[in-house]
Amino acid sequence: MPKRVLLGLLLACGLTASALAQEPKTGGVINAVIQPEPPGLMLAMIQNGPTQMVSGNIFEGLLRYSPKLEPQPELAESWSVSEDAKTYTFKLKKGVTWHDGKPFTAADVLFSIEMLRQTHARARNNLGQVDKVEAPDDDTVVFTLKQPFGPFLGIFEVGSMPMVPKHLYEGTDWKTNPYNNAPVGTGPFMFKEWQKGSFIRLVKNPNYHEKGKPYLDEIYWQIIPDAAARSVAYETGKVDVLPGGSVENFDVPRLSKLKDTCVTGAGWEFFSPLAWLWLNNRQGPLADKRVRQAIMYAIDRDFAKDAIWNGLGKVATGPSASTIRFYTDDVPKYPYDPAKAKALLKEAGYKGEKIRLLPLAYGETWQRWGEAVKQNLQDVGMNIETIATDVAGGNQKIGDWDYDIAFTYLYQYGDPALGVGRNYVSSAIAKGQIFNNVEGYSNPEIDKLFADGAVATPDSRRKEIYEKAQKILVDDVPVAWMLELQFPTITRCKVKNLITTGIGVNDGFKDAWLDK
Amino acid sequence: MLSFVAQRVLKGVIVLLAIVVLNFFLIRLAPGDPAVVMAGEAGASDQVFVKQLREKFGLDKPLPEQLFIYVKGVATLDLGFSFRQQAPVSKLILERLPATLLLTLTAFAISLALGILFGTFAARFAGTWLDTAVTIFALIFYAMPIFWVALMGILLFSVTFDWLPSFGYDTVGGNYTGFAHVIDVAKHLIMPAMTLGLFFMATYTRMTRASMLEVKRLDFVKTARAKGLSDAVIQRRHVLRNALLPVVTLAGVHSGTLIGGAVITETVFAWPGIGRLMYDALLQRDYNLLLGVFVICSAMVLIFNLITDLVYRLVDPRIEFAS
Repeated sequence: MPKRVLLGLLLACGLTASALAQEPKTGGVINAVIQPEPPGLMLAMIQNGPTQMVSGNIFEGLLRYSPKLEPQPELAESWSVSEDAKTYTFKLKKGVTWHDGKPFTAADVLFSIEMLRQTHARARNNLGQVDKVEAPDDDTVVFTLKQPFGPFLGIFEVGSMPMVPKHLYEGTDWKTNPYNNAPVGTGPFMFKEWQKGSFIRLVKNPNYHEKGKPYLDEIYWQIIPDAAARSVAYETGKVDVLPGGSVENFDVPRLSKLKDTCVTGAGWEFFSPLAWLWLNNRQGPLADKRVRQAIMYAIDRDFAKDAIWNGLGKVATGPSASTIRFYTDDVPKYPYDPAKAKALLKEAGYKGEKIRLLPLAYGETWQRWGEAVKQNLQDVGMNIETIATDVAGGNQKIGDWDYDIAFTYLYQYGDPALGVGRNYVSSAIAKGQIFNNVEGYSNPEIDKLFADGAVATPDSRRKEIYEKAQKILVDDVPVAWMLELQFPTITRCKVKNLITTGIGVNDGFKDAWLDK
Repeated sequence: MLSFVAQRVLKGVIVLLAIVVLNFFLIRLAPGDPAVVMAGEAGASDQVFVKQLREKFGLDKPLPEQLFIYVKGVATLDLGFSFRQQAPVSKLILERLPATLLLTLTAFAISLALGILFGTFAARFAGTWLDTAVTIFALIFYAMPIFWVALMGILLFSVTFDWLPSFGYDTVGGNYTGFAHVIDVAKHLIMPAMTLGLFFMATYTRMTRASMLEVKRLDFVKTARAKGLSDAVIQRRHVLRNALLPVVTLAGVHSGTLIGGAVITETVFAWPGIGRLMYDALLQRDYNLLLGVFVICSAMVLIFNLITDLVYRLVDPRIEFAS
């Protein structure tokens, strides 16, 4: 290691240590960017990214997760699992109140679960193995499962299972409940004001159940729809925090070099966004495994990482991101090898049939990536036609299976049973829906492995199963895995402890403080 | 005149109804399903959830029935419920309308005032280097895309000189009240209004110049001169007044285009108006919200056109209202 790098590392470690040693200071206001403007803040009913980013400060879940995805207490102070791994008992923290002063109890947990089963598709899926939920007393909640479910302790973070105040929602029309516009939670910050199109203002919860927290007085989430304007807002000092994905990638190096600016890729461990190309396995040349393998060899993924994503992230090795449980890199490898791609195409008898490529309409970065992939594929002799569309039009095409290759990226939620299996098992093939098995891959062995993996015990058995599944999938190439994405969060260095968990900025700013 | 206005309002209502029906079907021709968009945003898209969303927002009903429900709603001034934002459409639009009106009317005033001023100036000095300079100045702003002018403005006046704020309607957290707030909003308004205004200024400049040169050649101007009137009086009372008719026509036509231009301006400057609301609704296929914005914009264009017709009469008393 060159000396300079070593010195840099030592300095960085020293700085981190001194930052940790610093006593948090109370007070101050943080201005952060939120993009796009959330449609609403009622997390139990709206689950898109911006809603979670803002509402993660207002609402809370029973647990949160460390960067290594270990469960940590939030509204539950402790939990235990029975020997048969079918009963989970949560002890709730005492003395927790809603923002309106009413106490938070086990009855709220029961009501939230009932509501989420109707309004929150992901929670409903996650709770599929739950037979019954009971509250023997005000501070205890007991979940009884139909059979052991390995990832069960991983489904309780605020976005996956936010707690809802029973006293404000029970017996009302949830859709038109006035508290949707002025949400009431148990979180470190309370909703204060929303000037549509301008900003959302949250203020400190003085009665928060963790003594001394939060440290900040207020958070302003500023709504700035244009990516270039968001960069300028940071440059001119109008905002202090640019959460991951707020600015175009090509602006990141420039902004990172500004005075008093800190950049981190941390805080995405729970979501582990993985980018890949859907390959329509049903029809045309892509129905042939050799053509799909040729695509893996033809694409220079290191180039995409370095040139389009500024070196951030990691080249994906298969269906699991390296940050989630049971990942293995002991799988077939696909280095950039155009000659091998050409040979495979020839062997498969590809005769230059037209292949439609659908880029992701998420901004300039994704457009550029689409162009790079098109060029890579053309270089090995594939006849690629790019289809231009917006997000809604693209979703419709993918849901209707009307594409050949399409860009996407999906969250993995920490465990293969939660965020990986859905894209490869044949029971998840359903026309009209996106984010499931839209590539149409069907392999009974994979179906069985994912079915077994979800309910197997102990973890060593799950590991075995998922490692086998990863090997089979990587050989079959149902989709072309590209990169484990990392969206850098850019902040002023005076903002401390912004990201402390694997859920990152979506987990609320309760630990954050300003070094004024 | 009253019967003229009544007739125009009645015609306007019929036109508006036709617009509603046309837009209702046009929007649904675009690929993309609001339920899938919403399910997609939730990070989960199972059949139950998509079906639930369709039922919740009445998207599972046959199209003619959806149209009937919508038109009935509009007739009773109910613009429906926004799928995505889960709020009444009229509330969402009313929240944003004042900001758009402030921006577009200011831009409109800037473009008209500067356009007529520069056009008169260019006509007065027609054929000289001053005329050429004004023409080039106007055409530069006409030729450059609005988003480009906006970004360059931000770069110059916000980043380099730090004179003007780069985004927003007022200073977030500034808590200004009274006159201080007016000044704060004005500061935020300068760049977006100038960006939008300068684009339209060019056409008014060219139109005023051409029209004035044409009027100048007419006999009554010679007569005025022969009567011994001063040049300034001739220009102002005789030439400009007659030359303004085509400019007024153009201004009426522009009222719709101005709102279109506001979409880009509002996006770049984070101005919280309906242009952005419309853009977001389009991307999300939020049918009711999009239709609602269209209805309001169409109504505004119709009102602007009515005003234009009335202004004709002010500018040229010879015009009579046919009833």
